[in-house]
Amino acid sequence: MTDVTTERPAVPVPRWSRGAGRLPYLLMLPCLVVIAVLLLWPLVQIGVMSLYDLDSVRQVRGDREWPWAGLANYRDILTDPFFHTVLRNTVLFAAANVVLTMVLGTLVGLLLHRLGRRMAAFVGACVLLAWATPALTGTITWKWIFDDTNGLVTWLFNALPDGLSRSVFGRADWTGYGWFNAPLSFFAILTLVVVWHSFPFVAVSVLAGLKSLPPELLEAARVDGAGPWRVFRSVTFPLLRPVFGILVVLSTIWDFKVFTQQFVLAGGTQDRPTFMLSIYSYATAFSPPPKYGLGAAIAVVLTVILLVVTGVYVRALLRQEEL
Amino acid sequence: MKRLAVNACGLLVAAFAVFPVVWMVATSFKSTREIFSGGPVPFPRQPTLVHYRQILTGDLIPGVTFVDFFRNSVVVAGSTVLISGLIALLAATAVARFRFRLRTSFLVMLLVVQMIPLEALVIPLFLMIQRLGLYDTLASLILTYVGFSLPFAVWMLRGFVAAVPVELEEAAAIDGASRAQIFRRILFPLVAPGLAATSIFSFIVAWNELIFALTFLNDQSRYTLPVAMTFFFGRDDTAWGPVMAASTLLTLPVLIFFLVVQRRMVGGLAAGALKG
Repeated sequence: MTDVTTERPAVPVPRWSRGAGRLPYLLMLPCLVVIAVLLLWPLVQIGVMSLYDLDSVRQVRGDREWPWAGLANYRDILTDPFFHTVLRNTVLFAAANVVLTMVLGTLVGLLLHRLGRRMAAFVGACVLLAWATPALTGTITWKWIFDDTNGLVTWLFNALPDGLSRSVFGRADWTGYGWFNAPLSFFAILTLVVVWHSFPFVAVSVLAGLKSLPPELLEAARVDGAGPWRVFRSVTFPLLRPVFGILVVLSTIWDFKVFTQQFVLAGGTQDRPTFMLSIYSYATAFSPPPKYGLGAAIAVVLTVILLVVTGVYVRALLRQEEL
Repeated sequence: MKRLAVNACGLLVAAFAVFPVVWMVATSFKSTREIFSGGPVPFPRQPTLVHYRQILTGDLIPGVTFVDFFRNSVVVAGSTVLISGLIALLAATAVARFRFRLRTSFLVMLLVVQMIPLEALVIPLFLMIQRLGLYDTLASLILTYVGFSLPFAVWMLRGFVAAVPVELEEAAAIDGASRAQIFRRILFPLVAPGLAATSIFSFIVAWNELIFALTFLNDQSRYTLPVAMTFFFGRDDTAWGPVMAASTLLTLPVLIFFLVVQRRMVGGLAAGALKG
């Protein structure tokens, strides 16, 4: 982080702004206040709250005093076998989603690069629609697709020949089959929803990266007889390594804290076996009986994990971005 | 032959990406009988507005209709855009047009705070909102969303301000314009398109947000669209026609705005990675 402070003279500064004294600080002040009050202070506060036994709204409001708990909340969660299940769910889910998102996104990015102009525009527009759809309504639609009586997927499985369906899945009638009941199928659908939502960003970023490469390089590799996999491994990937690095880190951050999609698919915060860190923290704090302190401790664990990943991201970014 | 295979893959990807959106809109125009007929119909044979009419005119709870939720969302997103845009413009000008000691630290901080998991802040912000007496008000959400959208807004606007040619301001300064005049008459009009793009981003943040709205609102008449959707439709026994109609109405503004600014979004998010 040390090389950050060296000022580079690359950005021109107009003469009218020189010697402005306190003016730039004044311009920055409202922004600083907002960030400090709404982002940084709560970040500190969550650490503070995790050290107390808070279990009523009146304590939160400050009408009643806060009983000190020390590290008891952390001891409680770290020794709770359920927390280990939640942690495992979170890590496995994030890992699977990052890998799938990156692979699918990269393939689509490469594909968009190969397509003819009009076809690329069409596919690109479709991909953008998936990206733009709000997490909430996208997930609700997927839930409708997997509806247990009239959903499309249920219909498709019912349309399979009975004998085949019975020998492969052990049932022929899928009407009323709860797709979201077993944790494994729940996570599979959640993965489908999250990957559907996040591969477009990877695809578009990879495409932008590919467009920035000199075409002669790829051409030369091909002339030398390299197949598509070889071109990707030996030319494209090394050149776009920074892009991939940042995409992996951003995806990791996003997939670790998935909330909306899970909340909607599970229909609230009742489905404990499929809990992951962010929904576990939320349910602990706000489902009756509320345990704000314990929920805060879980949120601290999530935050620490993500800040470590962020550290990697910021360092990677600072190495190439001119501030 | 190879061309054909590549194009086929392209169509497959397009279908996967766009299918849920198409399915959502198509379902919203189908008659209830068509939706629950067993066999899926790709497109409504006789498009009907019955679901839209139902959600727009029917009371979801006595005295509260979908239109009220829509208005709440517009108020929240609109206020967020205005406040966040103004504050971001000032800060972006500071960063792009002045050299001062804390400038680089400020930029690094902007990057870092964007990575704070907002989901983790819901508990301490709930405390803050309670203490400020803002619980169960739309103001609590406006305040929260300004905080959430601001770092990215400054980061994005900074690029727009920097792109305005310095020479124009120099010329105005030579003609004797004051700093305030330069800002108002030269910089602001030239940055306005960038400000619009940034505003759309803030709008989408505020329009889509669910968790905080779920936590800070109590009275059903104050629900924003996302909360209303999960509260009224996310039940076990779901009427998919009205739900898909409501989903379409929530999604539509976002899709339109998103298509307007998508280039900026890519540029802003991955600026560091993609600069040649």
